[in-house]
Amino acid sequence: MRILIIEDDDNTASYLLKGLTESGHTVDRSADGKDGLFMALEDDYDLIIVDRMLPVLDGLSLIRSLRAANRKMPALILSALGEVDDRVEGLQAGGDDYLVKPFAFAELLARIEALTRRSDAQSPETMLRVGDLEVNLLSRTVRRAGQPIELQPREFRLLEYLMRHADQVVTRTMLLENVWDYHFDPQTNVIDVHISRLRTKIDKGFEQPLLHTVRGAGYRLSPN
Amino acid sequence: MSQRHLLKSSTFRLALVYMGLFGSSVLFLLGFIYWSTAAYMAHQADETIQAEIAGLAERYRSDGLTGLSSVLARRSTSRVGGNALYLLTDEFGTPLVGNLDRWPPVTPEPNGWLNFSLEHAGPRDEIHPARAQPFVLEGGYRLLVGLDMQELQQTERRIVTALIWGLAITLLLALAGGTLMSRSMVRRIESINQTSSRIIHGDLSRRIPTEDSDDDFDHLAANLNRMLDRIQALMEDVRRVSDNIAHDLKTPLTRLRNSLELLGAAHEDPEERQQLVEGALGEADGLLATFNALLRIARIESGARREEFRPVDLAGLVRDVFELYQPLAEEKGQRLILDVRVNAQIQGDRSLLSQALANLLDNAVKYTPAGGEIGLGLRTEDQAPVIVVSDSGPGIPEPERGKVFTRFYRLETSRSTPGNGLGLSLVAAVAELHRVHIALDDNRPGLVVRLLFSPNINNL
Repeated sequence: MRILIIEDDDNTASYLLKGLTESGHTVDRSADGKDGLFMALEDDYDLIIVDRMLPVLDGLSLIRSLRAANRKMPALILSALGEVDDRVEGLQAGGDDYLVKPFAFAELLARIEALTRRSDAQSPETMLRVGDLEVNLLSRTVRRAGQPIELQPREFRLLEYLMRHADQVVTRTMLLENVWDYHFDPQTNVIDVHISRLRTKIDKGFEQPLLHTVRGAGYRLSPN
Repeated sequence: MSQRHLLKSSTFRLALVYMGLFGSSVLFLLGFIYWSTAAYMAHQADETIQAEIAGLAERYRSDGLTGLSSVLARRSTSRVGGNALYLLTDEFGTPLVGNLDRWPPVTPEPNGWLNFSLEHAGPRDEIHPARAQPFVLEGGYRLLVGLDMQELQQTERRIVTALIWGLAITLLLALAGGTLMSRSMVRRIESINQTSSRIIHGDLSRRIPTEDSDDDFDHLAANLNRMLDRIQALMEDVRRVSDNIAHDLKTPLTRLRNSLELLGAAHEDPEERQQLVEGALGEADGLLATFNALLRIARIESGARREEFRPVDLAGLVRDVFELYQPLAEEKGQRLILDVRVNAQIQGDRSLLSQALANLLDNAVKYTPAGGEIGLGLRTEDQAPVIVVSDSGPGIPEPERGKVFTRFYRLETSRSTPGNGLGLSLVAAVAELHRVHIALDDNRPGLVVRLLFSPNINNL
């Protein structure tokens, strides 16, 4: 994937460059908002990562300008400001996701994957399938290998999210934000227990485990 | 206090303004009284003269000169109405009848009236003022009828003198009253200023004295004292935080540094290296979480979020948090019981309220032993919504209940359990923002936390 990073802090920029290049992406970097905007308009990037605080032109204005120029590539905003209203402001400016600094690299990778995946298939579906696990979104039913599985409403939402991000790493923060609409970190491992319950329901008694734990990152729903 | 201070004080100036206004009103009133009395009397005198002239002119017409002269002669010598003045002259001004010896050599007023001086032959030689109206009769005779104005003027003077005295006394009383009033106020204000000055110079324990009179000054003093209480509490908070920071932030930093140091000592074992790295990362993350929590609390305490308040369904919120923690409680062998008895909607920030509630549940789950019971509920007390979180853990001893909400506060008994001591500080900050009162009680055993919302609909 071709990624453009617009970040003025050299330390952060090299951290991102190194990590993303090692993950197999082609990465360009700009150090200020004006230059970054030009680069984003001129070349064809699959994703841009924009820091909120930039010299010359700030990150949110940059994104607004991009959107006004009808450029729709997904934009991930990085910021030290982490309150809910800051996030809302960022998303309203045209950003697609918002990550608070400092963040774990695994978190960044997971969100990048989720963003680029999203920009592919936007068609409304009625059925989601991973391996032999089927979820019917209309009737709100779940079956694996033909057998029906009873899920609580929240467990269903959790499974739906995991399935929409199948094969991708999904972090606990992403789950808290998208399945529970919470923007803080509970001190206890509340999410883990929900996952293990879901895992019991969909994996136990079946040959192939689908819900995997990715150490240091989060979870992944995948037949491999 | 000094005279100068008194005179410069704004209360004295206010008293002066009041005195000025009052004085002007009194002046106006007295002027009205003057006009109704003395001026009226003078006017009445003129009218009397006019009426008499009209009568005499009539007599001249009916009885001729002789008739008029005899009336005049009679009236001139009569003692009754002894102030009247008469003079009849021919066309050349030669006096014919009357009690004046000649026509007054003065210029008439534009309306014809004459004001002149009369030599009054009395016990002393006095000059009396007089006023008369001339009248020309047919045949060229000139008639002058008037009044000795001495008495009238004396009365007038007496009235004016009385009014002026009245005004002077009023002003004096107003001034005296104003002085007394401002002295009392200046004294109260001085006492506030002096106490404030001492406080500013470092003695934060002083409070402004109140006088139990429940007046505006006492209200002001009470409010200032409350403000001082708050400042004092905040300052003590800061002191305690600085003490606790030494421990709670430096400990993970120390561990982090140790891990890195050990890592730098070139370990061969990749597994051990990985462990050290993960340990270091964990400490760093823990520190960051602490800082984020501190930042969030500070932002909440600044109160800016109140503008973003929206309607929040408390029952829904409580159910959501219950549903989030239910699996965890179950896994730890605790019974989590939901008890939502009412529906309630308030104005607030849903995100902050969920976090506050989650923090309370975090604590409940953390401190309740296996087999214990945790309650989460919503009900009303005195027509106000109340969220209740109860547990069967060790609880919080009564003397510590006021302190647990300060930053980094850990009970001695729980110093070893994981946590940064900020969870309840956040709950307190969110509660303060929403004007919610937090009540801690003994659950016998355990702790019961009640979040008491304000009874009115808008919750503010």
